[in-house]
Amino acid sequence: MSPPLKIPLSTIAHGRSGDKGNHANIAIIAYTPMGYAWLRDHLTADAVRDYFAPLRPARVVRYEAANLLALNFVLYDVLAGGASQSLRVDTQGKTLALALLQMPIAPSEKYTAMLRPAEEQP
Amino acid sequence: MPFETGHGHGCILEILAVDRIRIGNGCGFWGDNLDAPVLLAKQGRLDYLTLEYLAELTMSILALQKQRDPQSGYATDFLDVLERLCPVLQSQPRLKIITNAGGMNPAACAAKARVLLDRAGLKDRIIATVAGDDLLPQLDGLLAAGQTLANLDTGEPLALVGDRVVSANAYLGARPIVAALEAGASIVITGRVADASLTLGPAVYEFDWGWEDWDRLSAGTVAGHLIECGAQATGGLWCNWQDAPDMANVGYPIAEIDRDGTLRITKPPDTGGAVNCETVSEQLLYEVGDPAAYLTPDVIADFTSVVLKQAGRDLVLIEGARGKPATDTYKVSIAYRDGFTSSGTLTILGPDAPAKARLCGEMILQRLRRAGIELAQSNIECLGTGACVPGVISTTETPPEAVLRVSARDPRRSAVERFTKEFAPLVTSGLPGVTGYTTGRPPVREVFAYWPALVAKSAVRPEVRINGRPVTSNDSLKAGRQ
Repeated sequence: MSPPLKIPLSTIAHGRSGDKGNHANIAIIAYTPMGYAWLRDHLTADAVRDYFAPLRPARVVRYEAANLLALNFVLYDVLAGGASQSLRVDTQGKTLALALLQMPIAPSEKYTAMLRPAEEQP
Repeated sequence: MPFETGHGHGCILEILAVDRIRIGNGCGFWGDNLDAPVLLAKQGRLDYLTLEYLAELTMSILALQKQRDPQSGYATDFLDVLERLCPVLQSQPRLKIITNAGGMNPAACAAKARVLLDRAGLKDRIIATVAGDDLLPQLDGLLAAGQTLANLDTGEPLALVGDRVVSANAYLGARPIVAALEAGASIVITGRVADASLTLGPAVYEFDWGWEDWDRLSAGTVAGHLIECGAQATGGLWCNWQDAPDMANVGYPIAEIDRDGTLRITKPPDTGGAVNCETVSEQLLYEVGDPAAYLTPDVIADFTSVVLKQAGRDLVLIEGARGKPATDTYKVSIAYRDGFTSSGTLTILGPDAPAKARLCGEMILQRLRRAGIELAQSNIECLGTGACVPGVISTTETPPEAVLRVSARDPRRSAVERFTKEFAPLVTSGLPGVTGYTTGRPPVREVFAYWPALVAKSAVRPEVRINGRPVTSNDSLKAGRQ
């Protein structure tokens, strides 16, 4: 058996991140309902906390917004002080979503049903 | 649209009830593009133009400006924008502007705006100010009255930083904006107001929504939240940026709001960018905690209740917004002095660019130690190797060049100033491949730390004024209008 295909999370979802003081939020939005179902099962708060472990978030809370096919993660105390105090180049967590979207995932053979639909405009 | 607004139609039309309004946001923060408000007002067929200038810590900078000069302390960019908007205001007499450019000093901002409007022959346009958000003068009284202003994140009492506080502002809601509009204002200049309330205010005023009509207040809040960051709703930051044409000419967002709370997000025709379910849903969740409970002074909006639908080119329909009763507190943004900071950069070509960059950074800190300076906090970054998220994204390839960025923070300004003088020596005493030291010593900046808190709404008195005279309360005005 061949090893499962690894693709970046960005293949099945898009997103955006921002700050709230020293906390950050990352919204990850699936392109399709099947992708959202996969995210709900696999992109857990623990998985996100482990992925960002080098940034030492105090805790990660996950919220669901099924109407948007989205998960919203709040990463507490992850910005090394936040907008005014942090000495990092990304003081406001603006890049966290793009970093998470580079996470390698191994959905399933059916992942083609999770890809971004070709035609977005009506 | 029931009728064309902004083209000087007669007063007979004006008494007809309006069923749809268009609110555009031409400025998402202080520093946003200066041409955007004028272009949006010209192209947007707007009833209202909102302009947002206040980030979390902007107020602390404005507070210090006002301490030095009692006539300053507001977002000066707004006056440049207003001057250039005057011809638009002449051709669109019904267009109204709602802005939080007043910052720490709405009265001074309004006085300057008055001069600009008068000079442009717009003496008839009424300017109202909204203040009362500044809690600094009454801070001791609030604490004595049992408002602890404890840190929302840590629970610590404000006394911990009490003598270092430079600003404390409550986020007011839409009510004083509605009062200003009911008093006839064409331009409303506020201090700290929740960003979404800049949009909700006009909707409540136009449609006479009740203050307990939580679903409609939620709809107006969704609209405000979606447009408050300017082009972030219309293609800015969009993950699929390759599909957003002509981003240099990106159109700024317009919320078209119906009386029943249905709304659409769109942008002016023949502009760049894109409005679709992807751009709108990315922005709907921007800087959000629990999407089922987005707290504003006006309502608790439930973003998980809305349904998005592409309804046309660059047009997204949003229905079904639900809301819950607002809390009895205002959020308060407090800023306190917390030392000094600076960061500088040097560019370094390979081979071994990251290793050389890191060593140069260490040299800066070692030379400071030799001079007897141990910085309270420092950070060495190697831009080009995943420094935005250190340790999260690893690369196996060595980049041909890297940017060294070294940052320092310390309670002593002198220590940080000395730090800024250690970059230039590396141009000769550093490692081969060092370049890019062309901007001089990096500036030293005072740090204002952020202290979020809550205050009882009953302890805060929003003030609406026209020409310095208080406007009677919203409720009595509203009763008079019925």
